[in-house]
Amino acid sequence: MKKISTNENLVRIAQLSCGAEYSGIQGEIDSAVKQVHAVMVYPEVDIEDIENIEEEFGLKVASADLKLMMARAKSIVAGKVQVDAVFVATCFRCAEAAIVRSEIRRYLNEKTGIPVISYSFTERTTAGTLLTRMEALTTTARRKSLLAREKQSGLTAGIDSGSTTTKAIIMRDDKIIGKGWVPTIKVLESAEEAFNNALKEAGVGREDIQAIGTTGYGRFLLGEHFKADLIQEEITVNSKGAVYLAGTQKGSATVLDIGGMDNKAISVQDGIPGMFTMGGICAGASGRFLEMTAKRLGVKIEELGKLALSGNYQNVKMNSYCIVFGIQSLVNSLAAGSTPEDVAAAACHSVAEQLFEQQLQEIDVKEPVLMVGGTSLIEGLPKAVSELLKVKVIVPENAQYIGAVGAALLASGFISK
Amino acid sequence: MKVFIYPTNSLILSDLVERFGHEPLALMAVIGKKIRTKGLDSPPINVTPEDPKLGLKYAAVEVPSGVRGRMSLFDSLLTDAEAAVIVRDPVISFGCMGCARTNELVNFLIRAKKIPLLEVDYPENEDNAKEFVYKISEFLKSLKPAEDKK
Repeated sequence: MKKISTNENLVRIAQLSCGAEYSGIQGEIDSAVKQVHAVMVYPEVDIEDIENIEEEFGLKVASADLKLMMARAKSIVAGKVQVDAVFVATCFRCAEAAIVRSEIRRYLNEKTGIPVISYSFTERTTAGTLLTRMEALTTTARRKSLLAREKQSGLTAGIDSGSTTTKAIIMRDDKIIGKGWVPTIKVLESAEEAFNNALKEAGVGREDIQAIGTTGYGRFLLGEHFKADLIQEEITVNSKGAVYLAGTQKGSATVLDIGGMDNKAISVQDGIPGMFTMGGICAGASGRFLEMTAKRLGVKIEELGKLALSGNYQNVKMNSYCIVFGIQSLVNSLAAGSTPEDVAAAACHSVAEQLFEQQLQEIDVKEPVLMVGGTSLIEGLPKAVSELLKVKVIVPENAQYIGAVGAALLASGFISK
Repeated sequence: MKVFIYPTNSLILSDLVERFGHEPLALMAVIGKKIRTKGLDSPPINVTPEDPKLGLKYAAVEVPSGVRGRMSLFDSLLTDAEAAVIVRDPVISFGCMGCARTNELVNFLIRAKKIPLLEVDYPENEDNAKEFVYKISEFLKSLKPAEDKK
């Protein structure tokens, strides 16, 4: 399937990586880049640049490919090569590379403002895994004027086809006038249902809608079905939706979205994503973990958060973050006499701690910290994140509709066309 | 004899080994063979996601895929090595595989093989360079030439 129109500007992405070719995934990277109508470039450096980079960059490392990465970053900062975005990637589980990756990302962000994505790969990394990230990276580089939009205008709709739920929003003149929220069963049928519910609440007909935006896992299918004006990945859309709903469009912000299948942590500047990370390796760090906990406790997912607020996670010993063994720990705690409140709090803490340990190092956490998505309504979860980060966490109104709101807002940029 | 060299892609070491009648076990040959393999299209060096799995022979899955992918390339060299020359702390232009962890593991495995081994420091001046070449030459002369091997 063609993902991005070739009418869009070709985006030049600099690849700064160590180990990609030896992991056998360079072809996957190239494939993802091609699908977003971009091209990888490899900044030229001299051997002297590599030999001197440790002194100049201030970081001593043993691996030559990491020195090469730093030298290439310096070449970009020095303006020796013109690129629109940067992809920084190293092997998963390499400590030395993780430090270099993080510092290069920070260095480029401070010195250039060029959008950067950092990623740690294994031999199992596929083009599909990289596509959403590359799409967000190229969108940030290519559509700055669209992303600068701060107000919704006209009558527009946004549909967010998530892995667990499908959300639809109707907006008119900068106000939400209709909402739809249904579990995702069949992508198109669920989207139709959510959209119809939103239209009904808004009191408008489908034919009245001036522009539609789709996002989420099913965005391409929905985009085709609804003839959407905007088909956009969720990193860009959620960033926009979050700062819009929280009223923090100017300046820095951090957006955290713990989804049904993956988590996003995004550093936002003036409503545009800068650095971001998208985790999707472990279900124990997802909304699914909390769903399973609620099921085991015999409560609805909506009730789990309130339960967690009155519990203490420290009263429950969790031996694992795993969705199987972690849940087993919770079950054992219940059998040993722990209260459901403590177990609910422990489940929220477990998910928050994984987000904290595995993803938040990849971005600069700046206040305000906004939690969005359906899981942000599980009150115990923002509380656990707040305790770990030691900052106030804001959950904007309608946080569960974040993607649909962002899509409706951005879609209004297409009305005049 | 089949002489393993480190850095494994050092053209100078490879040439020296050849001049003294031995067969250099160098990475260029392995990568060259991989690139020429028909039916494979995994640019730039035709390493596929299956190769890091072959590297599991040397390192567990918790070791980065880039290390295991490189180790899969070294496999035949490590197996065939009958002698070895390791240059300690070489500059990048002398030869380089990019990954320090791979280098550590490869050097360890060669030492553990208990084959004739010469370890020399990379020379920092001309006098040291002469001494460097002399030491390697003497070592290579002491080995049984490849053609004499029964």
